Amino acid sequence: MSALLYGRCLRSVVVREGLRFVHQRERFFAALVRPLVWLALFAVGFRAVLGLSIIPPYETYILYEEYVVPGLVGMIQLFNGMQSSLSMVYDREMGSMKTLLVSPLPRWYLLVCKLLAGVMVSILQAYVFIAVAWFWDVQPPPLGYLAVFPALVASGLMLGSLGLLLSSFIKQLENFAGVMNFVIFPMFFASTALYPLWRIREGSPTLAWVAELNPFTHAVELIRFALYLRFDATALLAVLAALVVFLGGAIAAYDPGRGFWARRGGPAEQG
Amino acid sequence: MDPRLRGDDERERWLTVPMSSAFVTSTSAPAEEAVPSSPVLTVEGLSHRFGERTVLDGVSFAIPAGRFTALLGLNGAGKTTLFSLVTRLYNHRHGTIRVFGVDMLRQPTQALARIGVVFQQPTLDPDLTVMQNLRYHGGLHGLSRAVIEERAREELARIGLSDRAGERVRTLSGGQRRRVEIARALLHRPSLLLLDEPTVGLDIDLRRQVLEHVHELCRTQGLAVLWATHLIDEVLPGDGVVVLHRGRVLASGSVEEVCAGTGTLGEAFARLTGGGGR
Repeated sequence: MSALLYGRCLRSVVVREGLRFVHQRERFFAALVRPLVWLALFAVGFRAVLGLSIIPPYETYILYEEYVVPGLVGMIQLFNGMQSSLSMVYDREMGSMKTLLVSPLPRWYLLVCKLLAGVMVSILQAYVFIAVAWFWDVQPPPLGYLAVFPALVASGLMLGSLGLLLSSFIKQLENFAGVMNFVIFPMFFASTALYPLWRIREGSPTLAWVAELNPFTHAVELIRFALYLRFDATALLAVLAALVVFLGGAIAAYDPGRGFWARRGGPAEQG
Repeated sequence: MDPRLRGDDERERWLTVPMSSAFVTSTSAPAEEAVPSSPVLTVEGLSHRFGERTVLDGVSFAIPAGRFTALLGLNGAGKTTLFSLVTRLYNHRHGTIRVFGVDMLRQPTQALARIGVVFQQPTLDPDLTVMQNLRYHGGLHGLSRAVIEERAREELARIGLSDRAGERVRTLSGGQRRRVEIARALLHRPSLLLLDEPTVGLDIDLRRQVLEHVHELCRTQGLAVLWATHLIDEVLPGDGVVVLHRGRVLASGSVEEVCAGTGTLGEAFARLTGGGGR
């Protein structure tokens, strides 16, 4: 089948996500303000508490603000992935997801379109944030802004896939608070987003072990290294492995033959 | 070929199925020109269960081209499940569903490309304009931008909403939204239109308008329509009827055939279901 038809479908989903994002200005500001609050308040307060030694990819002593920016970029993508998940659950409850699912292209491709559209929005938000962070004197090498792009694509795909997978487990919108408590917060705090691994290990070797297994840690490190023109192969492999698992799970969960609708029935099965 | 339309011949390949098992016609041609050689939709021995609960049990019927067929059943009869299976929201495990002879499980892409659907719940995005909603749907069906614009103009003119194309769906009335959903379902020129209780929430006048509009589509476009409802007064003389009750088809045929020897459709429905129709 023609790539052109697939391309039109992708364009259509991306344009719709873009329009929804533009219409929901408060979502954009919330996505930008959240990491800025961390940078402006949390990071300033922690600057004195957390002394950082020289660790890769940094070649000199750095301020805490500089350390935390890649973690906050990861946070933007993590929250964006969850926002996509929330909108999938909402679309499913409201019925509008059916428009997507009854279109002729394969279900896996439709999910990938949704995923790519979400990643595009998250990358846009991430770039706006690192541009604002520049004024906070967090100024990576200029080429780092270019090098971070593929890292943002990989981490965005992985976290977006996690959102898709989670959306298939959430039966109702009200259950979303559980996802925040049991997935987002543990993933964020048990990672290297806020403190380096050696610091975590000093506090708790078990937590450091959890952080090393946490795919979000690897997403953050991939972004951190790329932003400073270094390549972290382990992080990339870990992110790609997590992507395969999460996306595979999401595709299986939305599969018309095995998926959750086949087991439970769709919304409004009263007719 | 108009360069704007490049690629639409490729979309046509989705619709191309063997002549031996299908009926190929343009839905834009009048019904008289169509040459029906087999039913548009054939459902045979369809059964489905959720856990231990049997929702559909050996359902069989066929829908011919150019006919309005009502799927008549009370709430809980299995209409929405049937629609979900015919539109492949999820797969069936027992029985077959064929659209123009194309098996839904084996060639879902070809089958779905020929179906237009209006679900019971509104599925338009209220924050997007009418035109943006139509573009989204057209894109999902692989239509080019030029084709979408042209057909959207035609369909909106047909439902008398050309002047509302740039307005957000949120500002439209319930009846207007329903008509936009029907226009959207027709954008990719389906041969089979499925509507699941499309008049829910509409007042009597709007209900009549939507019903007349869809009947006219059958007459003028040769469209096969399956209209799920629990309202007997939505079925008109000459329509087809499939009576679904507790997951089973109790009767199917023309209204006249189903009513034979009973009187009105309401009486026939009450007799068949052992209770009162609404």
